[in-house]
Amino acid sequence: MSDIAATDPLPKPKRDLAPILLPVALAVLMIPLIGSTSSWLTLTVASLAMGMMIFIMASGLTLVFGLMDVLNFGHGAFIAVGAYVATLVLAPFAASIQADSLWMNLAVLAPAALLSMAVSGALGLVVERVLILPVYGQHLKQILMTTGGLIVAEQTLYALWGPQIIPMPLPTSLRGSFILGDVAIAKYRVLAMLIGLAIFIAIQLVLNRSKVGLLIRAGVENREMVEALGYRIRRLFLGVFMTGSALAGLGGVMWALYREQVHASMSDDLTVLIFIVVIIGGLGSIGGCFIGAILVAMVANYGGFLVPKLALVSNILLMVAILMWRPRGLYAVTSR
Amino acid sequence: MMILSGDPPRSRILTLVLVVIILALAATPFLFPGAKALNVAAKICVFAALVASYDLLLGYTGSVSFAHTMFYGIGSYAIAIALYGMGPNWAAVATGIVVGLPLAALLALAIGLFSLRVAAIFFAMITLAVASAFQVLASQLSWLTGGEDGRSFQLPELLRPGTVLIPKSLFGFEINGRILTFYLVFAVSALMILALLRVVNSPFGRVLQAIRENRFRAEALGFRTVFHLTYANCLAALVAASAGMLNALWLRYAGPDTSLSFSIMLDILLMVVIGGMGTIYGALIGATIFILAQNYLQSLMGVASNAAGEAGLPLLPGLLHPDRWLLWLGLLFIASVYFFPTGVVGRLRKASGDKSAGSSH
Repeated sequence: MSDIAATDPLPKPKRDLAPILLPVALAVLMIPLIGSTSSWLTLTVASLAMGMMIFIMASGLTLVFGLMDVLNFGHGAFIAVGAYVATLVLAPFAASIQADSLWMNLAVLAPAALLSMAVSGALGLVVERVLILPVYGQHLKQILMTTGGLIVAEQTLYALWGPQIIPMPLPTSLRGSFILGDVAIAKYRVLAMLIGLAIFIAIQLVLNRSKVGLLIRAGVENREMVEALGYRIRRLFLGVFMTGSALAGLGGVMWALYREQVHASMSDDLTVLIFIVVIIGGLGSIGGCFIGAILVAMVANYGGFLVPKLALVSNILLMVAILMWRPRGLYAVTSR
Repeated sequence: MMILSGDPPRSRILTLVLVVIILALAATPFLFPGAKALNVAAKICVFAALVASYDLLLGYTGSVSFAHTMFYGIGSYAIAIALYGMGPNWAAVATGIVVGLPLAALLALAIGLFSLRVAAIFFAMITLAVASAFQVLASQLSWLTGGEDGRSFQLPELLRPGTVLIPKSLFGFEINGRILTFYLVFAVSALMILALLRVVNSPFGRVLQAIRENRFRAEALGFRTVFHLTYANCLAALVAASAGMLNALWLRYAGPDTSLSFSIMLDILLMVVIGGMGTIYGALIGATIFILAQNYLQSLMGVASNAAGEAGLPLLPGLLHPDRWLLWLGLLFIASVYFFPTGVVGRLRKASGDKSAGSSH
């Protein structure tokens, strides 16, 4: 007999704080190396903003894998599609984008972002039904099918929009920086950070406070048990897949605004970055994905400032270091 | 039978097709005059070997690697940099080989050991990340690699087009250094494919297939799966690097677009899948179909695109534009993964009633 009485609260799950402290420690460590506080602040804000955007794009991928063991190599396509769709709205309303009024700008940006999310989400529905459903449970074929899907999506974008780079200027009111003393913080980065944080909190709330979230977490941990309890995990999975695709589309719009240009090949570079984030974070873990995204962005920004030549391989080095420490990523949530 | 390692094509049509392809390749300098035909034939030879080495990984061990072009590129650049730096002599070729092959093998060993330490599922992602970092590295280290422009170089005297070995007056054909280079490419590629056929039909190859079907069971039977997988990785990398060397020798050039770009990786994937995974013969078939289509179908698409444009059809000119041929190949790729997972070779073997046709994954 154990000595736990029925009235005692359940034992709290152990909190694993080491990964959370990692980006903090990294940032603190960089203060003396970078030297000037103002450049350090600027770089830190830049990494946080970039990390949030990467997190938005990667969050769907990690859940899709965690829940259904599906490897989607075509996730980058949703990013590019989202960015291209946004140009459909932003180009005709260029006048209100150039207007120097935050509300006028947002009145165009918000519908553009929503339309991008809707189209990417709908595309996610098609991809899940056509490409992933037939090869469900077979990793090799999933990789091949989704890679094929990525090729087709990229080429279709080229066929529809042409191969040239499309400029995507930032709205006037989001240009420039807030000046605090001698620190300049770009306005758009603050916005990106706010959106990213809001989405992170929303995902955490849904996962931890709602029944759907409970089912998703249970499914990540043990899919068969959830099925045995009578829940239609396939439908749940479709929902997660579409949400993930829509978020990738939103991330695409934000990234395009950040770079101020749209090109179909953006999906290639970002796919690699997202994979690294998902691997570092631990497949299936939203928290790990969040920390991983910030770490990748920090290494890119600090590394690019301190040793520009190293920036090329810094992500790989980060991945190697993390996996040496924890071979299954920062947080290993799946039992696979 | 000995030369095929006891693994014949096992289908009459397949045998016929293979014989026709090999004879046509061997006789290209005499049958199809002109630089383009010879280029296409050489490319088919190089890619058949490259794709066969990829098949060792994808078809026989079931692991998807996106770093195969990296090894191909290492081979290409090793030869190119050596010949560029040391001048057109055989010592430079030897240096390229002596430096390039061990480098490729070591890198494959490092990737293999590292990614096999972590979950197997990460392998494809890690290779993709490493390959893309390598690609950026190669284009940034321009003092060594020539950056985006790549490196052009001169071949040793014997292999130059200007070197006439047998004058036209003797047989009615001129045998020059270019044709000699072609046969060098042809012979080395053929040797590598036969060697790969030997590898996959050896006890070692059987273990690889066992790992593909059920890694846990293979391990339980007492095979050191990590050793086998790493060894297969290194072998595939060596063959890929050699294919890259042949490619560089043939083109007299190595650059990011011809030897490192991600699109080559996609081409290799398409060729393996269309030809038939886990068959080795599929590599030759896939490479032939793909490269013929790449070189001759594209011009056909241009004609169709123009016709659609003149007829005033919407969208079609864009979709049929020769630059968009990858779109159609992508669709073909998806369809063949879905409908013909065993590719052309698997289909033909099945048609001739071979029960063990293709692989069952």
